[in-house]
Amino acid sequence: MDINGKYCIVGVGHTAYGRLPGRTAVNLTVEAIRNAIDDSGIDKSEIDAVLTKYPTSNFQSLFSTRVSQALGVYPKVTATLDQAGASNIGLIAYAIFCIEAGLCSAAVVSYGDNPLTGTRAVYGGRPAGATYGGDEAVSGMTGAPCGYALIAQRYRFEYGLKEEQLGTIATTFRRHASLNPNAQYRDPMSMEDYLNARWVAEPFRLFDCCPVTDGAAAVVVTSAERARALKKAPVYVMGFGQGHPSWDLPQRPVWTTTGAAISGPAALRMAGIGVSDVDFAELYDCFTIVPIVTLEDYGFCKKGEGPEYIGGGRIDLAGELPLNTSGGLLSETGMPGMQLIVEAVRQLRGEAGPRQVRDPEIGIVSNQGGIMTTHATLVLRR
Amino acid sequence: MTAEYAKPLPLRTEENAPYINGLKEKQVRLQRCGGCGRFRYPPSQFCPSCLSDEAEWQGVSGRGTVYSFIIVHQLYHPGFREDIPYSVAVVELDEGPRLTANIVGCANDDLRIGMPVQADFFQAAPDAVILKFRPA
Repeated sequence: MDINGKYCIVGVGHTAYGRLPGRTAVNLTVEAIRNAIDDSGIDKSEIDAVLTKYPTSNFQSLFSTRVSQALGVYPKVTATLDQAGASNIGLIAYAIFCIEAGLCSAAVVSYGDNPLTGTRAVYGGRPAGATYGGDEAVSGMTGAPCGYALIAQRYRFEYGLKEEQLGTIATTFRRHASLNPNAQYRDPMSMEDYLNARWVAEPFRLFDCCPVTDGAAAVVVTSAERARALKKAPVYVMGFGQGHPSWDLPQRPVWTTTGAAISGPAALRMAGIGVSDVDFAELYDCFTIVPIVTLEDYGFCKKGEGPEYIGGGRIDLAGELPLNTSGGLLSETGMPGMQLIVEAVRQLRGEAGPRQVRDPEIGIVSNQGGIMTTHATLVLRR
Repeated sequence: MTAEYAKPLPLRTEENAPYINGLKEKQVRLQRCGGCGRFRYPPSQFCPSCLSDEAEWQGVSGRGTVYSFIIVHQLYHPGFREDIPYSVAVVELDEGPRLTANIVGCANDDLRIGMPVQADFFQAAPDAVILKFRPA
């Protein structure tokens, strides 16, 4: 099955990002899908597949069917996927498989959740009186920051890692967010600001961790043939990949190489390109260590060289590999990954305004979830 | 031991009961696979290496090394308020499996990856012992 160049993302949309009280995962998702459909110029009656990532903070069964009902769509294909933060790319792959198989012709792929104003128990913090738990709860370690901090500490031991190198990730992405009107955090952040922020779980300070936010984002996927008649320039899917370490962190044999090492090369192989052909990257950055490890695992640099690789302006908008041009999870919004796909599409269309990378042809996106438990990669071209 | 122990206690399940009971007898007890001989954790019906469902519970040394650790400053559970900043480590036992636990008897600044540690058993409640580790 040759996928490269046969399918396109033709529309992107999202809600405001931040504190959105009174909203639900379903109505946020519908707003994002409506905006993506409008952006594509496709008629809603053509949408015959509705695919959703489950709302992280409020797992509910049959979520995609509720979204379908709220959209007024009677889909030929619908599904909700659980690959945590890797789900968005997993769903784009699923959409392409179903279109290729003739089951449907135009899919919306979406994520929406309201963990900030709804329930956020899944992100850590437990009410008093929760008196029984597993080893992590018993030892006072709850939530994703602790897990990723354990990985960062191990990385530092194996390869070396300076706090300013994590700070380069946080401050660079904030600078990019300052040029993005949709970003939740646009105030400038200096290295001093980064280093002076409070500790969360050493080696992580506050700005090593992405925020918890409400919001939704969506894309429309269809065939290249259909895409050519639509109003905006199509963005072609060149390749995708997955790799899922899956095991709970303690028993996982290796912590500093992730599913990206399988997923990235698979996606690049499908795309028929190498990393030197990539003009910019939008890499999942729930915590500052993650894009550093992902760059290594994708082959942009050797294992252990990531902390040096991101220095010297290389990941700035005008650098050799502009990285997280909209601010990423760390500064645009803590949403798990769909915003990175939206931004890659905008960059390839030349719609990114003051943060536009110069004339990009190919972009790579990573999604990952859990504690580096899942990983997926998407390669796009204009 | 205190009746006011305010932190989470180990959740006992059908699968982990022998482990929890081992702690009460001040012993780290793990499943050892009858098929491939590997020790494993967390407890499970089937060995994730060879999928054998034959296993026996054996006491292990309680010795290991720190594989990684963090110093927690954020308040995640009100019971830990007085302990902040406190360390949590993943300890690799000499027998292979890795366990998550607090380290006692070691200042946060002195904690190092690779440091040899030894199991330590903390009586948190009359019917609950929590595994911790201290420098060996």
